[in-house]
This record gives sequence, structure tokens and C-alpha cells, in this order.
Amino acid sequence: MVDMSKRITDIGPPNYEQFLHPVIKKNYGQWKYHESLGPGLLCHTSESGDKIYSVRCASPRLLAIQSIRFFADLADKYCDGYLRFTSRNNVEFLTDKQDNIAPLKDELQKAGYPVGGTNNAISNIVHTQGWVHCHSAATDASGIVKCVMDALCDRFTSENLPAKLRISLACCLNMCGAVHCSDIAILGVHRKPPKVNQEQVPKVCEVPTLIASCPTGAIRPGTEGRVVDVVEEQCMYCGNCYTVCPAMPLNDPENDGISIWVGGKVSNARCAPKFSKLAIPFIPNEPPRWPKVVEAVVNIVEVYAKNAKKFERMGEWIERIGWPRFFELTGIEFTRYHIDDFKFAGTTYARSAQLRY
Amino acid sequence: MADNGNRKTELIDQLESGPWPSFVKEIKKAKETSPACDDLLGQLELSYNQKVGHWKHGGIVGVMGYGGGVIGRYSDVPEEFPAIAHFHTMRINMPSGWFYTSKSLRTLCDIWERHGSGLTNMHGSTGDIIFLGTKTAELEPTFAELTAAGFDLGGSGSCMRTPSACVGQARCEWASYDTMKICNEVTHEYQDELHRPPFPYKFKVKCSGCANDCVAAIARADLSIIGTWKDDIRQDDAAVAEYAAKGIDIQKDVCDLCPTKCMGWDGSKLTINNRECVHCMHCINVMPKALRPGKEKGAVFLLGAKAPILQGAQLSSVMVPFVPADEILETAKELISRVWDFWDEYGNNRERVGELIQRVGMANFLDAIGLDPIPEMISAPRDNPYIFFKEEEEE
Repeated sequence: MVDMSKRITDIGPPNYEQFLHPVIKKNYGQWKYHESLGPGLLCHTSESGDKIYSVRCASPRLLAIQSIRFFADLADKYCDGYLRFTSRNNVEFLTDKQDNIAPLKDELQKAGYPVGGTNNAISNIVHTQGWVHCHSAATDASGIVKCVMDALCDRFTSENLPAKLRISLACCLNMCGAVHCSDIAILGVHRKPPKVNQEQVPKVCEVPTLIASCPTGAIRPGTEGRVVDVVEEQCMYCGNCYTVCPAMPLNDPENDGISIWVGGKVSNARCAPKFSKLAIPFIPNEPPRWPKVVEAVVNIVEVYAKNAKKFERMGEWIERIGWPRFFELTGIEFTRYHIDDFKFAGTTYARSAQLRY
Repeated sequence: MADNGNRKTELIDQLESGPWPSFVKEIKKAKETSPACDDLLGQLELSYNQKVGHWKHGGIVGVMGYGGGVIGRYSDVPEEFPAIAHFHTMRINMPSGWFYTSKSLRTLCDIWERHGSGLTNMHGSTGDIIFLGTKTAELEPTFAELTAAGFDLGGSGSCMRTPSACVGQARCEWASYDTMKICNEVTHEYQDELHRPPFPYKFKVKCSGCANDCVAAIARADLSIIGTWKDDIRQDDAAVAEYAAKGIDIQKDVCDLCPTKCMGWDGSKLTINNRECVHCMHCINVMPKALRPGKEKGAVFLLGAKAPILQGAQLSSVMVPFVPADEILETAKELISRVWDFWDEYGNNRERVGELIQRVGMANFLDAIGLDPIPEMISAPRDNPYIFFKEEEEE
């Protein structure tokens, strides 16, 4: 039994100040500029003249405590025990000693953690749980990330792209990874309506909530003894019904797979943030190495790298050359699925005579 | 299944080779301290064979007095993989900016070695530390050890989700407000709403220090707080000349790419018409040593971003174009309370704030939260004539 009198709750996260390197604490809010010292290496200089060096390495995001302890040991050895993680799941070691950079980088690389991900590189892929730990996944997450980054690792450890390139992966439309504003988004998709378990629905679900959950009204009160009916041609496989009712599974080994989206960004630099747009509607799941997905992503990256101007993000490049040329240059087939037919569809139709020939 | 103590996992073993760090190697490393990882490898191999996941829909599990922070996870093949029959996720609220000491990481590792799989995500999508996989009976003991060590659970379900912040002023010269402090204070202010889901759906807050938006606030947060400045870009002409000498083409790389073309370069002097600057960060990104955000710092407040579920993805929309840095916390609390009041009353089940705005209309939403309409809120005025005039304004 838990002793309720001693139970601690609602304390919130620990205060970050105790985790800051003394040089960071001293110069908090006083940073003046930064310089790149090479891929994965940053030097920030304060108004006071103090410097803090950051060494950024890749991580698979899914980390065993053994690896975290290894990072902690390296932080003790080179960084007085201070480190952080980035918003894209990289590890960043922080030191005020420039001489520590080279041996730290060396140890990380020897242990299999590439150093890079800064400036005009591909940073780590933000991703979701996939088959490792999720119930609604239309594909795996970690496995595809591993295969795509194996192929693009040189783009992580060098900074030779026209601009930064951000790849994200979500294993279903719920998008725990919020991939909808990425230069390249890899998105797991279902393609079959839910298989209704009529016997289970009333036992495990609230039927009115289930019916209300469908954004297209495809779930109706049942007829002929069924609890609910699904108007299959109205279903776009979002999975919202499954989220509110486990008796509506969509998983389907042959019909689940991957779609690829391009040209989104969250930064406001130059142009406003943009959504990613559909490039490839469907690629089947091909574990363990997903060769077609890897090939498709590498192709888009390489065509972009060859054709975009300096500072142009993927979406800016595509807008300059136009979508017809994007499909021509990448060799990706344009289909009826690329034309929007959901709620705000008209915003993506071409409504001018401005065309490139 | 066992073969000399080693399970055959021929498919996922193929994910151990190659230059990128391998998550399969990580799971195998964790076997050293947690036998459950062996069953996890087995189930993953099964998924790779059958091309389908083997986790059941979450159940309601948690720690006493909290309505979130733990995601129930059960194997749908528990007979085959009994050690992961329950394999729940715990979300632990990370420190602002994801800063740690080696000591604090070891504390977390030791707790997780005693009570769970030894597998983590550093970090989950919302930003929490993720402890991946434990049994129901271990939840309360893990929680007790976490709180004793100064950590608490993060959010899940229809609650205030764990807020997150970019590195901010801790190590970035571009942060126009103290993102980590605001994030920490907002998180502590709403502990009840974070741990006991009270809302129609989730509510996320993300703090980015500048318009580069490293935590994707504008794409992912119901309340996006993005740093900006009001006065002139600070300019160091000698440093501009240095960049020019080093090969930056000031005209082509900087002036021509300015979205409002507010910059001029005559070969020796860069001039900026700051009245026309939209604070996009491009020129500053290119020449961080020469150009800096101004001194009158603050943030723009936007509302309503979300991923596609349900009505389609949305970016956040401008609510308050500029809040001075020292008024951000108070403004955030005030705006949050007004939005929650209306959303609690009128939001449908599983309706995010952005969708509520779409459904009732932005103008009605502004009335409801008591904000006056201003032109900064729109990219253009309406282009259709179907106006719902209010009765008192009809003549």
C-alpha cells in the first residue's frame, strides 16, 4: 500500500536552472552571435566574450538507459557533466573548452553516433512510435527512419544542401509527429475502412460518441441488427473512430503503407510557414528495409540538391519551378489523388493563366 | 522461441547495420537489465513478418489522483510474449529546453532500471521524457521515486499537454524572450489542468524565441508564443563588410531574398527600411555576427494550430501581434483563461481550439474572448459579400 501522507504530487518539472552549464548560467540572455565550426559544431559568443561550444550528435530517439549512461559519462569527461537534447532528438554536449571538441567528436563517432545536423544539413528525423509501441500505426516508424538515414547519413554529417532540410515521419494520420509542415514528410496511411466488430462495439464503446467521431458522417446507426453501419465510400481512413472505439480496427497488412509529402516548413524565414503537399500517395510497407521509400526520399533530396538555389527550402524551390516541373524532374507520377477533394480543397487549385511551358 | 537464450529475429536484425544509430541495437542493449526487451524484440519481429502492429488500444491505467501521464499499452499476443503483456508508457515532464546534468540523467536511468524496460524516448513528440514499457504494478512505485527525485508526470488525453520551449536565451542570441522561463512558469501554473484532463480535447502551448520556430509552435500548438521585436534590427557595418569579404553576396543572398525588399546594398553600406521589415529572420540567419534582433523585444501570440485530425491541419492565427517580453506570462494566463472559458462551454468532444474557431467563425470567437479585431489578424479582408450584420448595426 502506498502511504498517502508521504505522497508527492503536482510538483511539475524540475527547474531547468540547476541543469545549466555555469558558462550558460552566467551568460543567460547575453549571447551575442554564433559561428559554425563545422557540421555538428557550434560556437556561441557572449557580450562578455565568454564562449560555449556545442557538439551535436545523432540519436535513434529510442534510447536504452545504457546509452544514456554512456552520454552521461561523456558529458562528465568533456563537459563538466552538462548536456541537452534538441527539438529534433539530437544530443548536444556543451563545453567551454574548445580543446575538448575533437576528442569528444571522435568518441561519439567511434561509438556509432554521427556528429552533424547543423545548418544546411538534414537534421535528425522527428518520428513517432510505429510498431514498436503504438496501436494505430499504419507502418513502423523507427525502422523507416533508420533505413532513410542510413542512406542520407552523409547529408547529416555535411552541410552542402541549398538550405536546411527537415524530414519527419508519422506512422498514422493522428500525426503525433506533426509532420504536416516538413520539407519531406513520411506518413503512414490506412486505405481500408474500419472492420466493425459488431459484437464488441456496444461493450467497449459509447455508440453516439463513435457516430459523432466521424468527420465525414460515414458512421451511421446500424440497420438489420447491426450496431453501426459504415458508408465505406465516405471513409477516408483517418482512424478517428478507432481512437474513440477499439472495436473499429483499420490495420491491414496489405493495404497499409506510406505516403510522401513535400515542401512544408515552420520557419518564417523569407516566406511564411507552409504545409507539406502530397508527392507520392502510396508505397507499400516493405519491411525490414523499405527500399521503395528510401529510394523515393533519396530521389527527392538529390533532385532538390541539384536544382534548388542557395537558401531555397524545398517548398520555395518547388514554388519557383512550379509543380509540373517538380513532377517532371523527380519522375514522380501525378495522379487524381494529388488533387484535393476535402474541406478546403479550392485553395490548392490553379486559378490563373500563369503557367510555365 | 528461445534458441540458446537468443531469440531469432532475422528481419529486425537487418536494422543493426548501416551508419545511422540503430534502435534495434538499443533494444538489445536494454536486454542486459530488462528481460521484457527480449519479448519486445520478438513481437517486433512478428510485426515485421506480418506487416501489422501488435499493440492493443490503450486501457485506463495511471497513478492515483492523476487522469493522465500514463498511456496504457497491452500486447495483443500476450501468450506468446508474456513479459510485455502490459507495457505501459510513462510521460515525464522534461526540464525546459531539455537541459540535463549527467547526474540527473543517471537518476532517471536508475529509476527506470528498477521499475521498467530500460527503454526511453529522448524525447517524445510533445517533448516529454518517455519511459517506454512497464507493468501496471510498477506505475505507482516509479511515480513515487520520480517525485522524490524532483520529476513529475507530463500530460496525456484531453488536458493541458506538457508545454515545450526552444533553447531560448540559454544559448541563442535570437531569442526575443525567455522561452524556458515562460514554459516552466506556465507548466507550473496549470499543474491541475495538466494532470487531470478537464477539456474537450488536448491543449498545447509551445514557446519559440524567434520566427525560426525551432519547436514548431505555429504548426503544433493551440497557443503559439513566438519571439519577435518591434524596433530596428541591430546592425554592425564592420561585420557586414567581413561577411561580404568572406564571400557572402550581400545583394543576392541577403537583399534579394528579403520578403519585403526592405534592404539595400551599394557595395559598401547595407541600409534597412525597418518600417517595412516583417521580422522573418532571413538576413539575421545569414549574418548572425552582423545583424541582430532589435532591443524592444517581445512575442506574437497565435492560436489554433493542429495536425489533420479531425477537420484538416491548421496553422495558428495571430491574436496579439506584439506583447512586450515582461508581459508575456500575464498575457498568456489571461488569454488562456478566456479561451478555456469559451472552449469549455462551446467546444465539441475532441474539438481543438483551431477547429472551434473555424466552426463559430473568427469574428465570433474574438467577441467571445474579448479581443478587438485588428488587421494584423488577417492576410486579407474577406472576398465574399455574405456578411452577417449584427442587428444593432442595421440602419
